Amino acid sequence: MTPGTDLAAVAAIRRVGAVAVFLGQILARIPASFGKPSLLIAQIYNAGARSLIIVMMSGLFVGMVLGLQGFNLLQRFGSADQVGVAVALGLLKELGPVVTALLFAGRAGTSLTSEIGLKATDQLTAMQMMAVDPVRHVVAPRFLGGFIAMPLLAAMFSVIGLFGGQLIAVAQMGVDSGAYWSNMQNAVALRDVSEGVWKSVAFGLACSLVAVYEGFNAEPTAEGVGLATTRTVVVSSVLVLLLDFLLTAAFFTNS
Amino acid sequence: MQSKRSLEIGTGLFVVLGFAALAFLTTQLPGSSLRLKGGDQGYRVVAAFDNIGDLKEGSPVTLAGVRIGRVEAIAIDTRSFKADVTLRIDRQYSEIPDDSDASIQTAGLLGGKYVGIGPGGSETFLKDSGQIEFTQSAIVLESLVNKFFANMASKGQDAQQNTAPAATGEQEKK
Repeated sequence: MTPGTDLAAVAAIRRVGAVAVFLGQILARIPASFGKPSLLIAQIYNAGARSLIIVMMSGLFVGMVLGLQGFNLLQRFGSADQVGVAVALGLLKELGPVVTALLFAGRAGTSLTSEIGLKATDQLTAMQMMAVDPVRHVVAPRFLGGFIAMPLLAAMFSVIGLFGGQLIAVAQMGVDSGAYWSNMQNAVALRDVSEGVWKSVAFGLACSLVAVYEGFNAEPTAEGVGLATTRTVVVSSVLVLLLDFLLTAAFFTNS
Repeated sequence: MQSKRSLEIGTGLFVVLGFAALAFLTTQLPGSSLRLKGGDQGYRVVAAFDNIGDLKEGSPVTLAGVRIGRVEAIAIDTRSFKADVTLRIDRQYSEIPDDSDASIQTAGLLGGKYVGIGPGGSETFLKDSGQIEFTQSAIVLESLVNKFFANMASKGQDAQQNTAPAATGEQEKK
C-alpha cells in the first residue's frame, strides 16, 4: 500500500489523485465549518493575522526595491514619472500574489502542517474512535482559514508595496507625488487588479491544500512531521510558480 | 474569555484591513468615480486651453520649474470647445500676477505633461476661482513631425505636397 512500491510515475499520479480526493473531502465539509465560526476565526487568525507582520514588512521592502529598480530603468528613457506604473503593475500582477504566497507557504503553511501532523500522532485516531470526523473538525477549518487569509494578505502586501515605492520614488528620487499616483491610476485597469486577486485566490487554495494534506498524511513521528513540513514548503513553492505561469498565460492578451 | 476576545479582535482587524486593502486596490487605482480627492488647501484658478495633450488630473503646476500646485480637474467647455483646466495652487504662493500665462509643457522628450506658469507684471494677483487669460496649448509631437515633413516635401520637388493639410495644434498666444 505504500506509494514507494509503485513505479515513480504511478506514484506521482496516485499522489495527485489522493490530493484531489482529499480536496473533495474537505469541500464536502466546508458548509459545516461555517456552522462553527469560532474554529474558523481561530484559523483565520493563525493563518492571516499572525502572518501580517512578515507580509507587510516584505511588501514594504519589495515596493521600495521596485521603486529603485523602476526608477533606475525608466530614468534612462527620461520617463522616471512612470515609475508608479512600474511599481503598481509589478506588485499587483506578479510580486504581490507570488511573494505573499511564498511567504504564506513558509509562515502559515508550515505551521498548518506541523499542527495537523502533531495531532496526527494520536489525537486524530482518538477522534475517529470517538466518531468525531477529523477532516471536519481539524482539517476543513484550517484549509478554509488559509484560503480566506491569502487573498487578503496579498492585497495588503500590494498596498504597502505601493507606499514603499512612493517612499523611494517620491521622497528619495524626487519624482512628483502627483505624477506617481496619477500616472499609476491612468495606467492600471481593473483587470490588472483582478488578475492579481485571482492569482492570490488560486495560490491560497494551492498552499492551504498542500499544507493540510501533508500534515494529515504525515508519519506520526517527530521526523515524519519535520519531513512533511519541508515537503509543504517545497511543493507549495513550486506549485505557486507553476500556477503563476499558467495564470499569467491565461490572462495574457496581446493588446 | 479574555483570550477569545483578543483572538476575535485580532481576526476582525485582519479581515477589515484585508478588505480595506482590496477596496483600495479596486477603487483608488483604476480610473474609478469612487476615487478620493486630495486635500482642499490652496486656491483654484481656471485656464482654458485649445489642446491639453495628455495632461492629467494630478499633473504638477510649476512656476520657474518649482511645483506650486496640481491640476485638480479637467473639463470641456461645450460652447467654446476648449478644455477648462482647474489648477489648485498652494496657498503659500498667493502672489501670482493676474496677467500670468499658463502653458502646457512636457517633462523630457517622453515624460508627462505639466502646466508651467509664466509670471506677468501686473500689480494685482490671481484670486480663488480666477481665470488665467493667456494660455499656450500642448505641443503635439505628431503634428510637429507632420509639419516638418510637409515643409520638407514642399521645399523638394512637386507642388502637390503643398496642398497637404496644414498641421493642427500649432502654438498660439492669444
